[in-house]
Amino acid sequence: MNTKVNIAGVVLDNPVTVGSGTFGSGAEYSEFVDLSRLGAVTTKGVANVPWPGNPTPRVAEVYGGMLNAIGLQNPGIDVFIKRDIPFLKKYDTKIIVNVCGKSTQDYVEVVERLADQPVDLLEINISCPNVKEGGIAFGQNPKAAEAITREVKAHAKQPVIMKLSPNVTDIKEMAKAVEAAGADAVSLINTLTGMKINVKTGKFALANKTGGLSGPAVHPVAVRMVYETANAIKLPIIGMGGIMNTEDAIEMILAGATAVSVGTANFTNPRITEEIVSGIEDYMREFGVEDINELIGAVKEA
Amino acid sequence: MSDKFMETAIVIRQEEISFGVYDMWLKTENIAKKAVAGQFISLYSNDGSRLLPRPISICKVDKEDSAIRIVYRVVGEGTKEFSHMKSGAHIKVVGPLGNGFPLKKKNAFLIGGGIGIPPMLELAAELPKEVEKKIVLGYRDDLFLDNEFKKYGDVYIATEDGSVGTDGNVLDAIREHGLTADIIYACGPMPMLRAIKEYAEKNDIECWLSLEERMACGIGACLACVCKSKETDEHTKVNNKRICKEGPVFASWEVEI
Repeated sequence: MNTKVNIAGVVLDNPVTVGSGTFGSGAEYSEFVDLSRLGAVTTKGVANVPWPGNPTPRVAEVYGGMLNAIGLQNPGIDVFIKRDIPFLKKYDTKIIVNVCGKSTQDYVEVVERLADQPVDLLEINISCPNVKEGGIAFGQNPKAAEAITREVKAHAKQPVIMKLSPNVTDIKEMAKAVEAAGADAVSLINTLTGMKINVKTGKFALANKTGGLSGPAVHPVAVRMVYETANAIKLPIIGMGGIMNTEDAIEMILAGATAVSVGTANFTNPRITEEIVSGIEDYMREFGVEDINELIGAVKEA
Repeated sequence: MSDKFMETAIVIRQEEISFGVYDMWLKTENIAKKAVAGQFISLYSNDGSRLLPRPISICKVDKEDSAIRIVYRVVGEGTKEFSHMKSGAHIKVVGPLGNGFPLKKKNAFLIGGGIGIPPMLELAAELPKEVEKKIVLGYRDDLFLDNEFKKYGDVYIATEDGSVGTDGNVLDAIREHGLTADIIYACGPMPMLRAIKEYAEKNDIECWLSLEERMACGIGACLACVCKSKETDEHTKVNNKRICKEGPVFASWEVEI
């Protein structure tokens, strides 16, 4: 039975990684999960300098989901290289570093600093809805997405995954734009912009007013977008959005994802990633799947 | 080896002790063995529409029986679900989480406001016997747990409606009785903690505050529950500390609230 998948030449032992920002750099969850069981660990977004993030409250629960507006708080690339990469190197897993920035120069600086580091893949966050500059500004216009992809690719030593926003009219156009600019893979979906108002106080639930919606509520949207993207481009896709269990992960793979990221579910069950890794193996045994790659995009007409 | 455990705890018993305030004992495998005053546990809903754990402070630890007592207020659907649980019910729990109060040999104020009162009970039990404890409890109206504190020290009550004790807040009670202490431990609503921090600084008293904020993961990964720190924090490299990880108990001089 083969569970290995290939993202831009990097072989993951299994298709399961985590949604950036839900898992830190793995240290906290390593108390609950054997990180070596994961195909890859995707880190919290890291910028060239420390970012303080948004005011609190930063999260709110909604029916079947949650809103977050953390604002990409991160300790900056210096600490990340010194502390987080050596920590992750202790485990037998691949390292995907999520990169954020306010300007093209910020992204390039981080990518260059990572060039000689033992990381396997870069995930470029052009889709965070919670920061005013950069982030999603690059991810809602195909020309801007194409330009940032070209710049990053010109400086990156590792394969580049562009993380796409669902807050667009046509995600296929964004995927095609980053493919044309040389991206090695795409990941989707980032969160959907939402809002919650507390009717008892008349106040916004989040200090940032808006936040990114994640969790099972967004899962069908994510499956649809992964399917559409898989049919529009040739690049491998890391599919994410409300994956709560093995079935959701398999569904995402059938829709066209080569790998899957588990995000919000970590909050509901700190051990969920490892459970899904085992669950995929059980599924393959049960359904007689010899190679996980047979399932990628294998959805059939109803 | 980790000091945090994910377990299915069993409800030993539960009762409503004041309007909307519930008192629940949970049988745990390991959590109680490691838990100390000031720490909290994360309780998970059995309803798939509620994804996030509810962080609830530990009111009492029974090491012998490996049991944890929590006293919480029903504030939404999650806590409402917990309040309906009967003896024998199963509930997923992660803990113990965060850092507890430092136990010092100094004459102490234990100050609790509203649903910040419960963690003071385990603190009163864990503080050295010889330490003089002045326990100041602030309520809106209905009292709860007040009788259980009496065996640990002198109890002073303040109520917002003036029905029992001092008419006002916990600091009004301290002033009314002319109380003094060498260290303050406090948990309660933010306006109360702000006033206590100011009081402690003005009177040069060592002060430890237990803070709360909306949380998601509860273990330090998601960076939702931060508070402002005076110095650049070692983990975040900015002036933010994680309440679930570096807290919930902070020295008053560490944080800006």
